[in-house]
Amino acid sequence: MRRSNIWLWSAAALAYAFLYIPLIIVVVYSFNDSKLNAEWVGFTLSWYVALFNNQEMLTAARNSLTIAVSASFCATILGTMAGLAIHRYKLKFLPVLVFTPVAMPEILLGVALLLFFLQVLNLTLGMISIIIAHTTFCIGFVAIIVRARLQGMDESIFEAARDLGASPWQTFRLITLPLIMPAVVAGALMSFTLSIDDFVITFFTKGVGEPILPIQIYTMIKVAVTPEVNAISTLLMLLTLTMIIIAAKLDSGVLRREAK
Amino acid sequence: MIKGNTKANRTAKWLVSGPPLLFLLVFFVAPSLIMLFTSLRLPGEFGGLAPIAAPAEAVHGEYGLTLETYQFFFSDILYAEIFLKSFAVAAASTLICLIMAYPLALLIARSEKRFRNLMVLLVVLPFASNFLIRIYAWMIILGPESVFSHFINAFLGAFGIAPVTLLFSPFAVLVGMVYVHLPFMVLPLYTNLEKHDPALLDAAQDLGANAWQRFWRVTWPLSLPGVFSGAALVFIPVLGMFAVPDILGGTGDILIGNLIKDQFLGTRDWPFGSTLSIMLTLAVLAITGLAAWFARPATIAER
Repeated sequence: MRRSNIWLWSAAALAYAFLYIPLIIVVVYSFNDSKLNAEWVGFTLSWYVALFNNQEMLTAARNSLTIAVSASFCATILGTMAGLAIHRYKLKFLPVLVFTPVAMPEILLGVALLLFFLQVLNLTLGMISIIIAHTTFCIGFVAIIVRARLQGMDESIFEAARDLGASPWQTFRLITLPLIMPAVVAGALMSFTLSIDDFVITFFTKGVGEPILPIQIYTMIKVAVTPEVNAISTLLMLLTLTMIIIAAKLDSGVLRREAK
Repeated sequence: MIKGNTKANRTAKWLVSGPPLLFLLVFFVAPSLIMLFTSLRLPGEFGGLAPIAAPAEAVHGEYGLTLETYQFFFSDILYAEIFLKSFAVAAASTLICLIMAYPLALLIARSEKRFRNLMVLLVVLPFASNFLIRIYAWMIILGPESVFSHFINAFLGAFGIAPVTLLFSPFAVLVGMVYVHLPFMVLPLYTNLEKHDPALLDAAQDLGANAWQRFWRVTWPLSLPGVFSGAALVFIPVLGMFAVPDILGGTGDILIGNLIKDQFLGTRDWPFGSTLSIMLTLAVLAITGLAAWFARPATIAER
């Protein structure tokens, strides 16, 4: 028994190292006083300074924040409704619509929305098209989290409210909503991080005008790599980490449910 | 379940399910149908689409729709090759993810309860950092001037093997794919392994099974549903991935995703891009069906 444990521990340690070393390297090199991500030269904050003087990057960050806030707002409302509806009404069609965008390769949703925006809506691609696209795939994640919370609940609470004469709206406002609130907030934070990080769908639904954060990062990686990329990466990691920790604190099952 | 078909209940039902249903009908179902429709049209002279010909003068069928792009897809072996290569990369990534994830998931499942959540959190956290950043990290590690590259080449040199370039190679693509998708394999495996009854292993041991037999005859067969759902969660996104080959691969390493991307943002051949997307959708549906079918008998045995 003990020998197999040592074997397990070393295989698992390797897997953890594989997961973390690359990210640690990115963070470490963001403080490196060299243009190349190769040799440690000395400590500097100049890449962060450069970042905060990069006007286009700042605009991109602001745009991405606007998109993430708007998309997570819409997705939280629609996703909470979807989660409630799927849990309560045993609908056949809605679960397919809600969960398929989560399960399929992102590129397919990106392409379909691009064609739809240009051909049917005749929309100029930009912030609006990105917000709609992000809302579409975030709804599923919110619904999964909200439904999981509802599944763990005692249905008799809701029946009791109804028996005592509460209208459906009163039941929702006074009983259901307060009970699912942690899941709703966790879903909102999850949507926010998914939106601000999304590259593939943004890539297809972005216009030419506004700079967007992941697209800026992509361009920097493809065209001219400088440790400024490491600096923005480190800051983004901090932001997402904070969001995830808050979400996990609010709804302890959120991380595992997301994967299901 | 709330009973009764009172008017208030029915109104509530439609108030709750109506808005998300409507939103997804407009922004998910309609776009998917448009994609299907676009795949049946012809590209315009300057990109985009050719106008739909009036039925009377249509050369390509009654409604100006045509299967020409599908014929084109099947006429050139190049596209079949790229699809096959994408399947091969997806299969290899899935297998490597499985080999790396299984011991980790098993360890977490067999750890004390109070450590499990933290260990799972540690698997998921890197996956919360930006997707591009995770790929970029491997650009640094595999770059020609990196410590890792120098080490590998010194090692190869000791055996008289010429230095290799790690970045912009199929190897780099595979590493990137595995790195980006590893948590997708760990989580379903862990969810499955956690439910196993330790008494089964004790029973097997009492009956004289050694460590390997206990794993291969008890743990592994019971974990198959987890293996298949993990495999689907890795295989499907890898199949449609374009960013990893785009950033870490060389010019010869393009996969279906890159091909699709080029049709929309390069050559602007929308119908062919849509055809490729439809073929990818079919592949994804087939894989999902297969995974569900394979997972089934084991799920029954588990009960």
